[in-house]
Amino acid sequence: MAAISIRQLRKSYGKTEVIHGIDVEIEAGEFIVIVGPSGCGKSTFLRMVAGLEAVTAGTISIDGHPVNDVEPKDRDIAMVFQTYALYPHMTVHNNMAYGLKIAGLPASEIDERVQRAAKMLELSEFLPRKPRQLSGGQRQRVAMGRAIVRNPRVFLFDEPLSNLDAKLRVQMRLEIKHLQRSLGTTSLYVTHDQVEAMTLADRLIVMNEGIAEQINTPMRVYDHPASVFVADFIGSPAMNFLAGRVTANGDAVELDSGSVLRADGWSLGADTGRAVTIGIRPENLRQVAAGDADLTLQVVAIETLGADTLAHGFAVGNGRTGQAPNKMKDNVAVRLPGNSQIAEGEKLALRIADGMLHLFDAATGKRLGDG
Amino acid sequence: MIEKRGLASAVPHIILILGIAFMCFPIYLTLVASTVTQEEIVHPPLPLLPGPHLIENYKDALFSGVNVPVMRMLFNSLVMAMAIAVGKIAISLLSAYAIVYFRFRFRMLCFWTIFITLMLPVEVRIVPTYEVVAQLNMLNSYAGLTLPLIASATATFLFRQFFMTVPDELFEAARMDGAGPLRFFKDILLPLSTTNIAALFVILFIYGWNQFLWPLLVTTDPQMNTIVMGIKQMLPTADDWGNWPVTMATAVLAMLPPIAVVVFMQRLFVKGLIETEK
Repeated sequence: MAAISIRQLRKSYGKTEVIHGIDVEIEAGEFIVIVGPSGCGKSTFLRMVAGLEAVTAGTISIDGHPVNDVEPKDRDIAMVFQTYALYPHMTVHNNMAYGLKIAGLPASEIDERVQRAAKMLELSEFLPRKPRQLSGGQRQRVAMGRAIVRNPRVFLFDEPLSNLDAKLRVQMRLEIKHLQRSLGTTSLYVTHDQVEAMTLADRLIVMNEGIAEQINTPMRVYDHPASVFVADFIGSPAMNFLAGRVTANGDAVELDSGSVLRADGWSLGADTGRAVTIGIRPENLRQVAAGDADLTLQVVAIETLGADTLAHGFAVGNGRTGQAPNKMKDNVAVRLPGNSQIAEGEKLALRIADGMLHLFDAATGKRLGDG
Repeated sequence: MIEKRGLASAVPHIILILGIAFMCFPIYLTLVASTVTQEEIVHPPLPLLPGPHLIENYKDALFSGVNVPVMRMLFNSLVMAMAIAVGKIAISLLSAYAIVYFRFRFRMLCFWTIFITLMLPVEVRIVPTYEVVAQLNMLNSYAGLTLPLIASATATFLFRQFFMTVPDELFEAARMDGAGPLRFFKDILLPLSTTNIAALFVILFIYGWNQFLWPLLVTTDPQMNTIVMGIKQMLPTADDWGNWPVTMATAVLAMLPPIAVVVFMQRLFVKGLIETEK
C-alpha cells in the first residue's frame, strides 16, 4: 500500500505535448480508474507511473519519494498489460515466479507465494501449463497472478479486460474489484469502458486530450460532470445537450425553441443572458401530457432493450436558429420504461425531472456554479 | 485433395520418377565406384553394380586418403562448418538485438551498412580478404578458415525481422519483473528464437560445409584441407592415375554430415513450426 502524489505531470514527444500537467493525490489503498477516449493520454499517463515512459516535467512520488528517475523494477509496482504479455515459453508457474526469481528470493518462498496466488485466482491446476493452453480469461488471471506474487506497493492495469468477451469481462471485473479490496493495494486502472470505470473506481480521473477534466468519485462525476466532455463521456446513452440561454431574472434557462426550464438550485444571477449548453440525462426525462411538456421529441428511432426502451429523435423547434435538426448533433435520447408503447414518427411530450438540469457555459464547456 | 486415376495419375508419376532417377544416377555411380577397385573404374565400361571392396576402400579413405586421411579433412570441415554456423548465429542474434531493442546514435546507419553487405558475397571480396588474413598470419589456421565468413547479414536481417514481431509488452513486462537487457535476452528472447535458430543452423551449417573457394585459398597445408576442397585435390592431375575408389568414397563421406544435419534438425524445425507459440 502506498500513496501516490502526481504534480504537474507533463509528457512531450518531440515538440508535441500530449499530457498537459496533471495533478492528483492518490491515497494508500485507493482504486483509481483513468478513463477517456482513445488518444486522450491515459495509457501514457499510466506508463509514466510505471516508469516505462520518461517524465518530461513534473513529479511522480510514491510514499513521498520522487520516482521520476527510478527504474521500473525499483519502483515496487506491478503492471497487468492489455495483451497480458505472458512469457509464451514458460509455464504458468514460471511466468508468475519470474520476477521473484530475478529478485533472488529463495525457491521455497517463491513456490509458496506462487501457490498462494494461484489458489486465490483458482489457477492451481494450471500451474504446469503453458499460456497458449489457457483460455483468455485464464491468461488474464495469470497476468494478475504475476502482479500479485510480487506483493507490490502499487498495481497498474492497462485496459486488462478489453480482450475478453462481454460475459467474461463482467466476471473478471468483479474479481478484480474483490481482489483489490482484499489485498488493499493502491491501484491505477486505465480503461475506455465507462461501465468498468463506474463500477471499479473509488475515484475516477476523466481524461480528455491530455488533461484531467474531472477527478472525483464515480457518482459525483455522474451527477455533477465538470464539463460537457465529462457529461457526454460518462453515461450511456450519452447526456442530451440543448442550446439555450439564461433568462433575464437568472432563475431559469430558455431553450432556442422558446421553452423555459426552471433552474432550481443554480445560482445564475451573474450569468443573465449567457449562452449555455443544457444537459439532460436520458433517464431524467419522462412522458407527460402535452400541456406540461418542457420539450417535444420527434421520435426517429426506437431501441427496445427489455428493461428500458430508448427513444431517439430531436427536440421539435430546437433546430438551432430554425435550421433542420442535425441528426448527430441535436439527437435527444429518452430512457422510457420497457413496456412503453411508442412508434417511430410519433411526437413525445417530455418533462425534465426536477433539479436534473446540467448547465454548462456554451463557449468553454465548463459547468456553471450550482452551489 | 483432388483424386486422379489411371493415365492422369501415371504421367506425372513417370515424369517425377524419371527426374529423380536422373538426379540420383550420378550419386549412385559414386556409391558404386566407391565399392570397386581402381582397375575396374579405369577400364571401360564403368561398372554399374556395387563391388565387394566397400569396407576396404572406406578404411583406406578414412585412415590414409590420397594426400591426407579423410578423417582429418572431415574433422576440419566439421570445425569450420560448426564455427561458421554457431558464430554466425551468435553474432547476428546479438547485432539484431542491438538494432531492434536499443536506441543509439547511427542505429539505422548500422543496420543499412550490415544490410548492404548482403550484396557482397565472399567471392567479391576474396582478394582483399585474403590479403588481410595473410597479414594477420592466419593462413592454414581454423581462425583463417572461419573468421572472414562469420558475419552474416542474412541471419542478422532474419533475427531482426523476428524480434520485431515479438510484442513490446513482453519486453516491458520483463522490465517490470526486474529483468535487465541481458537477462531479457537470455531468458525470453533466446528461448523464443529456438525455431529460428534451428532453421538457420541447418542452412548455415551446409553453407559452411560446402565452402570451396575460400578453404582452397587459405589452406596450403594438406593437414588443414576441408573435405569439399580436398576432393578436388584428390582428383588426378596430368599423367597421374589418381585413386578413384578412395576419391569416390571421400565424396560419399562428404555428403553424409549435411544429410545428417538436415534429417536431424528438420524434425526440430518442423516441430517448431507446428507449435506456433507467440
